[in-house]
Amino acid sequence: MALSFMEGNEAVARGAMAAGCSFFAGYPITPATTVFANMLKLLPPKGGVCIQGEDEIASMGYCIGASMAGKKVLTATSGPGISLYSEQLSFALGSEIPMVIVDVQRLGPSTGSATRGADSDIQFLRWGNTGGVPVIVLVPKDAKDCYELTVHAFNYAEEFRCPVFIASNKEIGMTKESVDLDAITLPPLVDRKLFTGETYVPFEADADKAPDFLPIGGKTLVRQTSSTHGPDGYITIDPEVISASQERLQNKILAAEDRITLFEENHRENADTLVISYGVTSRAVEDACASLEKKGTQVSSLSLKTLWPVPEKLLKEKAKAYKRILVIEMNLGQYVNEIRRVLADKKLDFYGQMDGTLIAPGKIMEVIDNE
Amino acid sequence: MSSLLNTSRPPVFCPGCTHDRITKELDKALVKMGIPADKTVIVTDIGCSGLFDTFFNVHALHGLHGRALTYASGLKLADPELNVIVTMGDGGLGIGGAHVLSSCRKNLDITLIILNNFNFGMTGGQYSATTPSDAIAGSEFLNQAEIPIDICEVAQSAGATWIGRYSGHDADLSDHFVTAMQHKGFSMVETLGMCTGRYTKRNKLNVAAIDAMIEEMPSKNGVVEKNQRPEYGERYRAIASEKTVYPEAVTVEQQVILENPKRDDIVILGSAGMRIVTAGDIVCFAGMVAGLNASMKNDYNITVLRGQSVSELILSPEKIGYAGLETPSIVLALSDEGVQRRKKIFPKLGPDTLVVKEASVTIPETAAEVVTVDYKALKIKRHDWALASLGFLAKRGRGITEEMLIPALKARFNEKVFGMAMETVNKTLKG
Repeated sequence: MALSFMEGNEAVARGAMAAGCSFFAGYPITPATTVFANMLKLLPPKGGVCIQGEDEIASMGYCIGASMAGKKVLTATSGPGISLYSEQLSFALGSEIPMVIVDVQRLGPSTGSATRGADSDIQFLRWGNTGGVPVIVLVPKDAKDCYELTVHAFNYAEEFRCPVFIASNKEIGMTKESVDLDAITLPPLVDRKLFTGETYVPFEADADKAPDFLPIGGKTLVRQTSSTHGPDGYITIDPEVISASQERLQNKILAAEDRITLFEENHRENADTLVISYGVTSRAVEDACASLEKKGTQVSSLSLKTLWPVPEKLLKEKAKAYKRILVIEMNLGQYVNEIRRVLADKKLDFYGQMDGTLIAPGKIMEVIDNE
Repeated sequence: MSSLLNTSRPPVFCPGCTHDRITKELDKALVKMGIPADKTVIVTDIGCSGLFDTFFNVHALHGLHGRALTYASGLKLADPELNVIVTMGDGGLGIGGAHVLSSCRKNLDITLIILNNFNFGMTGGQYSATTPSDAIAGSEFLNQAEIPIDICEVAQSAGATWIGRYSGHDADLSDHFVTAMQHKGFSMVETLGMCTGRYTKRNKLNVAAIDAMIEEMPSKNGVVEKNQRPEYGERYRAIASEKTVYPEAVTVEQQVILENPKRDDIVILGSAGMRIVTAGDIVCFAGMVAGLNASMKNDYNITVLRGQSVSELILSPEKIGYAGLETPSIVLALSDEGVQRRKKIFPKLGPDTLVVKEASVTIPETAAEVVTVDYKALKIKRHDWALASLGFLAKRGRGITEEMLIPALKARFNEKVFGMAMETVNKTLKG
């Protein structure tokens, strides 16, 4: 067995290559820069294109253009860059342009701390678009996840024709780890469905599906627009047409909740507490639960890998057997609001920390003990 | 083919608007060039110029204000065969200035047509980046306190390879468009025109006045000789095609079987320039040589040549969870800055922890086993202290052994650097 040694950001880049990504545009920002640096090494030998935009807005624009030409595209940034991505993100969401966006989160607000980790952007990613269109957000806990989830992200982006986020964290992106890439079974690759019929109507689709794709530059003329459009891609003010397409944008994601739900769990017999966490924090949670087990206390854990759409069914099912739910987050309480909403009838405790440091297993054990 | 105009969606401009004429001239130009509709895309943004994409039977992408050039660049890079035409008003020019500059510098084969009509027509005639200071615009007095931009002059200094400034009523406008589109590289056509719905209602502007304005401004009519250079896409692909070696992930084979593999949490406390991260890499490689899992978490400033450099390493036969260190088993204290950064750990250490301290470094009180090494006396330079410490650890069999360390150095360095590294390591390993 040969182990690879890489940081999460390199694993994202390698995952993107495995997924068939052929275009990257980005702008340097700590702690996401090395995704870009890796893509710049990986894409050219495979005939792909890797570009540094003049800013984050441009980088997203380049990705939108390349995606509409049919490429699988990736970009990477951190919180301040996500702010700048916002208007283009709304375009990509509303106009169903596939892409994968890596947010290597750092401590916010604003410029915050470039080299300090936090899960700062969990609600921002969900609501950082005009129109409130649902998004898909996957969250890795280690380098292995970065590799694997990036492939899932591309698959979802292609199938649902939308931007998909990887909510990484400085503490994963810039932490190097040994990882056995050969032991990872990747999902089969998905490509956006190409239109094969007679007359192409660019945004015509079933009520809970994405429309078939044709690239700009192909034989059939394609219209793409950021403005409110009907199936034909022209501006519309017809309330029925508008409402049908708004609902479709929502339904195509929400109706697929089950399939998009990714998670890991460690169920321990006779445990009455379930600790729910995500990202790098779930590693400390697992350490804490393992230490408690050695001391004779059984505590179960659930590590979410899909944050949006909220895996409501999974949460309800997994929480059922427990008296107490404990949510731990590397912020002052963002995702806990979703869990509280879904598990309204449960006793729910929360611990959040946002000081630029990882939450230590010892702290989590203390929180578990202090019921 | 007599026209690419979309007969089902005729232009809807105000009567007398120059945009209407420019639409027809662009159509004439496309017909003259005979370029295929399915290999042509019109990219637009917001405002009246943003209506252009709907009037033509070609591919169309309509996006956000000022960002049209960003989509156009992505399209052109992804599909170099595409003819990419961008229309933008003076509004998009102002809001997307950075993209205009970048397009001039990059020189991708895109044609930008700026429809300058001196104000924001759609939102009520507010002043734009090109509104004259003495004009009456919809932003009260604000334009009086600024001067308009000459985008052609800006484009020239930004490196545009083809620039033309013409009246929207120029009899030869379609020919100018053809020349611009035929240019291999970024071409920018600024057209000056009348916004009859807003601007000309309160300002004296007509065809003759536009001609006079153009006469007064620096002449721009085609190729900018001093800026000539290869088209960006071709240049990019030529350079990129030389990068033929795909860098596979670095892997380390297990070469050593440890009798008693155990977990070690190692922290190296140093400063920028001491090659702390490289030493951390080597420790992790050494662990992987012995089939251990490894993780490395670094802490250094954004200004990488100053300040502390701390590397936290875990070697473990088990899967590594939390990658921070609660209580290290080995501490390498190599600089006061690094020690200060983690001073809180020292009082928590027990006698099982080994602290290797350079003679010049001061550490807080601790119950750990402290060994002082005088690297200066060993004639080891400061930037090699971290590396030398690894030899010291290997000699004692703490965290790593000699048979783990040497393959790790081989894996991390090329032959020449490996030789130099071994010289350093031997001073502590054999000394």
